[in-house]
Amino acid sequence: MTLTDSQQLAYANAQAADGRVNVELETDDGMVLNMGPQHPATHGTLRLIARLDGEQVTSADVMCGYMHRGYEKLCEVRTYPQVTTLVNRIDWLGSFANEVPFILAAEQLMEVEAPPRAKWIRTLLFELSRIANISLFIGDLALQLGAQTPAFLAFRDREFVLNQIESVTGGRFHPNFDRIGGLKDDLPKGWIADTKAAMVRLREFCDLMEGLVYGNEIFQTRTRGIGIIPAKVAESYGLSGANLRGSGVDWDLRRDANIGLAYDELDWKVWTHPDGDCFARCWVRLQEVREATKIVDQLCDGMPGGAIMAKVPRIIKVPEGEAYVATENPLGAMGYYVVSRGDIGPFRVKIRSASFNNISIAPWLLKGVYVPDIIAILASLYFILGDIDR
Amino acid sequence: MPRPALKIPGLFKGLKITMGIFLQTMFPKRGIRTLMPAPTLGAVTVQYPYKSAPEVPAARARGVIALKEENCTVCMLCSRSCPDWCIYIEGHKTKAPPRRPGGKERTVSALDRFDIDYALCMYCGICVEVCPFDALFWSPEFEYSEPKLADLLHDMDRLGEWMETVPDFETYEAGSDAKVRKVPR
Amino acid sequence: MASVLALDWGNYWQQSIFRVLGSAVFIILGAGTFVIAFLFKMMSYMQSRLGPMEAGPHGTLQLVAEVGKFLQKEDLVPERADARLFKLAPYVVLASTFLLAVVMPFGPDAYFVNLDTGVFLALGLSSISVIGILVAGWASANKYSLIGGLRAAGQLIAYELPMVLAVVGVVIQAGTLNLQGIVAAQHSGQIFGWDGIGNPFVLTQLVGFVVFLIATQAELAQTPFDMPIAESEIVTGYMTEYSGMRFLLFFIAEFATAAVFSALAATLFLGGWAIPFVDLDDNVMNVVGPLVLVTKMMIVGTLIFWARFTFPRFREDQLQSFAWKFLIPISLVNILATMVLKVAF
Repeated sequence: MTLTDSQQLAYANAQAADGRVNVELETDDGMVLNMGPQHPATHGTLRLIARLDGEQVTSADVMCGYMHRGYEKLCEVRTYPQVTTLVNRIDWLGSFANEVPFILAAEQLMEVEAPPRAKWIRTLLFELSRIANISLFIGDLALQLGAQTPAFLAFRDREFVLNQIESVTGGRFHPNFDRIGGLKDDLPKGWIADTKAAMVRLREFCDLMEGLVYGNEIFQTRTRGIGIIPAKVAESYGLSGANLRGSGVDWDLRRDANIGLAYDELDWKVWTHPDGDCFARCWVRLQEVREATKIVDQLCDGMPGGAIMAKVPRIIKVPEGEAYVATENPLGAMGYYVVSRGDIGPFRVKIRSASFNNISIAPWLLKGVYVPDIIAILASLYFILGDIDR
Repeated sequence: MPRPALKIPGLFKGLKITMGIFLQTMFPKRGIRTLMPAPTLGAVTVQYPYKSAPEVPAARARGVIALKEENCTVCMLCSRSCPDWCIYIEGHKTKAPPRRPGGKERTVSALDRFDIDYALCMYCGICVEVCPFDALFWSPEFEYSEPKLADLLHDMDRLGEWMETVPDFETYEAGSDAKVRKVPR
Repeated sequence: MASVLALDWGNYWQQSIFRVLGSAVFIILGAGTFVIAFLFKMMSYMQSRLGPMEAGPHGTLQLVAEVGKFLQKEDLVPERADARLFKLAPYVVLASTFLLAVVMPFGPDAYFVNLDTGVFLALGLSSISVIGILVAGWASANKYSLIGGLRAAGQLIAYELPMVLAVVGVVIQAGTLNLQGIVAAQHSGQIFGWDGIGNPFVLTQLVGFVVFLIATQAELAQTPFDMPIAESEIVTGYMTEYSGMRFLLFFIAEFATAAVFSALAATLFLGGWAIPFVDLDDNVMNVVGPLVLVTKMMIVGTLIFWARFTFPRFREDQLQSFAWKFLIPISLVNILATMVLKVAF
């Protein structure tokens, strides 16, 4: 029996397709699983190319850049207030925290210092953005590991913080409140009492998450002993924030390199965990939220009176110079290197974002783990795509 | 390798928490009516647009920008400082009568066109902040979505209508040096 | 009415059509009730929100809206997928659920078939769905589906054993494989000589009940055993490429299987359609029996879905070691204890 041409072609195609699949399944490198830019697990458009041998990863590549918005180029052609607006959107969950290092760098160049009340309110909003960011992290962590309920509870309880941010700045997500020399406006009446009430709710939320998520044996078997980063490796890859503290390194820019915020006048603690596994990093973040609520309480209690803005001209021209300021943002260490040529806008802004360095350890860390562990590890490293790609 | 040992309180604590939230949502009423299910009361969901939460949005919420036409001197500061260039201003100079009889005639600017394109607006508030003449104000109104994109361009009259929804500036917290400004009505 | 339900009327074909239609009604109603009560409402209230509220009063007609939505979707078959197998897979899974529903008794004369090996048939039929899931995973020509299908194969086969072994304890205690006989044994049994409420096996076979529930959770691929679906990792696992009506079939199959397994658990452990103080042969039980069974189904369903909405998921190797190294030994010990105690007392 002879086959027609189209039948022969179809047969050859089918054999070729089978051959491709078989080659993939039989090579040493294994099957390529593309956890592509659109995926429920990655916090945005991250592409992870994993070579699998069965369910184990032999090698993993991280490809970011799908969300690159050209921030550094944009900043070259914007004035300082406009850059402050844009910069809110880098780490969109803890937005106020993005403005702070930029404004501090510009204040350093202008040699102007914000009055104490502005410093304290700046620190307050900084910590509120940390709480907002990391409470969502805890909910999302549980969601990525399979539990659907904690995510909704996180969103529910985060509303209190967002409402507080909104009543003082006008925006829940993009406050755009920091200005060179101080802040845009002062606190409305009753805000301090409301914020302290919100902190009580947030502490209850932390206890809730500890009972529902961290105390759960299934969660612990999924995260303990997974993705261990030794302290030396963490330091060499440039990790920062809770990823570093979860490996036992006692490093916090709020304490060690405090410029322009009120941390040295407060009584607070840096949390570390010696294990270096996923559970350690997640646990450190939970403790950071608790600590942040305590810091906010202290700030509310001891708020100094006074002006909200230093004496700065109306149209701000920052004198020539370069300044680099890094602060301990919710995601890690975020720094701005501002080069000024005496204009109303910066000449060049280099943004050192925390997640870009945090994600760089992923290829090293993901070797030899199972596919579900990829998710657990990426969740515990906690990156936000806007922060990676800018 | 899990060893679900004989003590498994963590799992049960989690179960208790979710059941607690479930019962809290189902039966929020207290007192004599405890066992009446009332989930619409117990859940945090507000069934917008049938109901709305009274305290939302805050007074300072950046909902829409209102224009007080009489105060505008067509200085173009807002239009220049907008990061999106979404404010379109056109004006012309006219002569106004002198303040005192026998004095010189004054040149004043009059607004022809003041449009804000809310399809582009980033709601950053730089325009409101830089206006030296108190002509722009924030209003917490947010229900102005349109089926057509072009209708999101609010012209001078519409921006003037938003002035009615602008709330008075709030008093400040104790210890503040700032003075409460007045909204020109 | 009893004679109608006892199926001593009509010829073979009429009886078969009645069985098929009745089973379909049970499946659809069961799945629908479970979806509305647990997925839409209980899950929402546990997350402090309201769930669907627009379609119908308090969102009770949301299912109708969803069915309409799925029906009007485009019928997609991926280009490189094995089209025949791809289209066949949902029906295989649904078929096993249908057949399972046929053996369920609802009253003394209200049943579709009354087999002497009812339990055996039920457990055997539940394994057919594994084939459907595997076929779906392979035929989708999608690596995520493939991973999901392979995980499902390992998991579902591993958890068949604890389920069977848990039921063996019940069978030993009841002395029969017939489901009506098991209901009768619970109704007329005695707890240490007191026959007030009969002897629902949940009391004496508590270990078996717990193991059965855990194994059911795994058979249904619900969290904490939902590795085959694992939404945050492999999108929807073996169901990734399915959309529209085919996805609806999988969805119905998932919840209908949950309903049927809950009914099975209620029959085996909670006493089935019987209630303590009413006679087994009483004709009123033909009407009240189904309602009693549905109530008990909802209780078991509450337990299953309560665990689903609370826990994160196991990794599949942890899953497997949990089954092989923990559940199976415990259920074997349970069987031993049951045998010893049955002979002793």
